[in-house]
This record gives sequence, C-alpha cells and structure tokens, in this order.
Amino acid sequence: MTHADSEFLQRDRSIHPPAFTPDYKTSVLRSPRRAMLSLQSSLSEVTGPTFGRSELGPLDNDLILNYAREGEPIGERIFVHGHVRDENGRGIPHTLVEFWQANAGGRYRHRNDRYLAPIDPNFGGCGRTITDENGFYYFRTIKPGPYPWRNNLNSWRPAHIHFSVFGSGFAQRLITQMYFEGDPLIWRDPMVLGIPDRSAAERLIAPLDLGAAVPLDMLAYKFDIVLRGRQQTLFENKLQGN
Amino acid sequence: MVQPLPVRLRETPSQTAGPYVHIGLIPHQAGFDIFETNFSNVLAGPETKGERVRIEGRVFDGAGALVRDAFIEIWQANSAGRYNHPADRQEGKPLDEGFRGWGRTGSDFETGLWFFETVKPGPVDGRKGHRPMAPHINLWIAARGINIGLQTRLYFADEAQANAEDPVLNLVERGPLRESLLAKREERDGQAVYVFDIHLQGPNETVFFDV
Repeated sequence: MTHADSEFLQRDRSIHPPAFTPDYKTSVLRSPRRAMLSLQSSLSEVTGPTFGRSELGPLDNDLILNYAREGEPIGERIFVHGHVRDENGRGIPHTLVEFWQANAGGRYRHRNDRYLAPIDPNFGGCGRTITDENGFYYFRTIKPGPYPWRNNLNSWRPAHIHFSVFGSGFAQRLITQMYFEGDPLIWRDPMVLGIPDRSAAERLIAPLDLGAAVPLDMLAYKFDIVLRGRQQTLFENKLQGN
Repeated sequence: MVQPLPVRLRETPSQTAGPYVHIGLIPHQAGFDIFETNFSNVLAGPETKGERVRIEGRVFDGAGALVRDAFIEIWQANSAGRYNHPADRQEGKPLDEGFRGWGRTGSDFETGLWFFETVKPGPVDGRKGHRPMAPHINLWIAARGINIGLQTRLYFADEAQANAEDPVLNLVERGPLRESLLAKREERDGQAVYVFDIHLQGPNETVFFDV
C-alpha cells in the first residue's frame, strides 16, 4: 500500500547533477560546499501546494495561440505530451506542469536576453497545464532554437524546453529540461554532461512521436516525467496524529 | 540466482532553472504579461487569519556577490499550524479557506531583494514520537548555476523556546550553522519583517536539507 501521506523514498542523488559541475561555470560559486543534512519526511515535506484547473486560462497550454497578436508564431509546430508518474509507476493526477522556452531563433522574451536573434511578436514562450486523472499532460508550441551563452567562448545550448513540476508533496519539487531526439548539441552541453549517469541523462531526451503527430499540421514529441515515489509498506505508516 | 525485484522507475534528473526562469514561472518579472491569473509572492489575503508578516532577504554566492536571478518558493502552514493539503489531518487545527500556503518570487534584478507577504505559521506536529516543530517556512531555491533546487527552512529568531525544542533544528550544530536558519525580526512602519539572507557557499553557508 502507498498512502498519500507516507514518506518519500530517499532521493537517488547519483542520477542528478551534483551542485558543483565546474564545466558549467556558474555552478562554481553557486554550489554549497557543505554536505546537505538529511531529513526524514514530516508533514512539511509530504504536503505541498495544490492547484485548480479553474486557475488556468483556456489557452495556457497552447503556446501557438497564447501570445498570438497579429498572426501565429514562426517555427516548427509541435505537440508535446507525456505522463507525470512517481517512481512506483503511478500517474500523478491534477498536478501543475509549467514550461518555458526560447522562440524558433533561440531568443527568449526576457528583458535580460540580448541575443541578436529577433523576438517573435506572436510568441511568448511560456505555458502551463494540470495533469488529468492519469497524470497525462500535453501542450502545443514551436520547437525552440539553440542559442549561444557565455560559458566557454563558443558554447551553444541544445534546443530545450524548461519544465517545472510539483507532485503532491513539496519534497517532489523538480525543475528540469527536455531535449530533442537527434540534436548534436546535446552531448556537448555541460548541463547535460553534469549528470553523472549517461542513461539518466538520456531520459531527458524526448523521442519524436510520429504516431501523435497531426498530419499536415504538426509533429509530436513525447516526454515522460518521473517524480519521487513514496515508501510502500505493509504496515500503517501514517504521519497522522504524531 | 535470486528473484528479481520489481522494476522501479527512476526520478527524472534535475536541470538548472537557468537565467530565464522568470519567463515560465513569473512572466511579469521577465517583462511581459501573458496569463489571466498569476501566482505571486502575496500569500495572505484580507481574510487570512494570523499575524501579517513580511519575510525578505537576499541570496549571495560564494564570492559574496548578490544573486540577482534567484527564484524562490515558500510552502508553509497557516497560523493554526495546518497545511492546506489533504495529507494534513492534525486534529483541532482548522483550515483557513483561501490560504494556500504557497508563493513564489524572484530576486529583484537590481537590488537582489526578494520578499513575501504572508502570515506567521503556527507550530506543526513533528514526526511520530517527536516534539512539535517550531513555526517554520519551507523554502526552495532555484537559479542559474544551481543544478538541483535547494531546500531549506526559515525559522523565526524570536521563537527561542520553540526553536530550542525543534526536532529539525536540533539536528544542526549550535552556532553559526543553526543561526543560518533563523530569520531576524524587525519592525518597519508598524509591520513585522523577518530578514532571512541565504548564502549558497562560503563561511556563512546556509544549511540545506536533503528532504
């Protein structure tokens, strides 16, 4: 049995990039040097914010239309879909999934982005949705372009979409990035290479999903997300009434 | 040979939120408006019960420089010490309708300051067999250069007695480490302000938790 209030499985830090990954230069001064203190789950960790569908607008998961002004954005039209599950394989229902990205030219609609590729007047670059009762989510967008960044002199990020997910407890909070199958920049990227386990990094690469493409309209990519699971035990392990 | 264990899925690896996290999570700070409703750093509405407090601080890197692109979320119980979540079944602690207990914000691009308008949380039950936890706010910090979100807790320096019995604070050595988790109270124009600076690295490094 898994209870909605049971403790989380220990996070396997070996599949995550460590804090200090010097090839990604900004991490050098922004990584704690002391060991983290391990905490067993209390109510502060097993609970987390909940969100209602009514808080979202009807176009929040449609980046092709949610900032369209005088037309639709330019670029490769794609459909992105997948499930949010926990480590025990259960879909996580009704959880908030948010995403943001550059436009087709690799330019972000952000006051700090000075890249010379132009802004697309019809593209905002962010969206959000809530998973259905099975943990399924989807959105449509424009495939983002790669962009240069000041790491090494000639560093280019692979095309990617940032994801933010909640789960049902605050200890599941996760931000990650989705990459696209076949992109030759992926294995040159210090953020991807910061993940010590290559097979774990591969799970950030969304395969092309022709079966979900809409003929004569848009291609599709599938990106499943796994959040931490909760301990399964034969015994009642409730935090209730501590 | 032994029987195989059932296959467990593995968590999706974390990646940094990057420099443009604001676009997706707080687009108004990125410089544009897109959603009808935005999540914000104001947790307490006019009906919310409890003492109104502002919590604020800055994030510093290992060279002591301001981190001006940090993204911070908080998660807290209401003034009665109850989380707005179905797994919280503490008895005798009412839900405060309309108080979600969660908010998000970014550091100011110029000053590095972040803040939340909220209420001071009440104490929450500890794990089975442990003392109640002193009032605290859970923080989660993401930013460019941070590969996996950092979890910490803000405790209130003026809750000395509750803090002295807190089961989590007591895992932290007395002295500067424990001090790094205490927000100092100030009064500013009649409002209670708790100041909580976060040091990502260095001699004043904040305690971070593997939760």
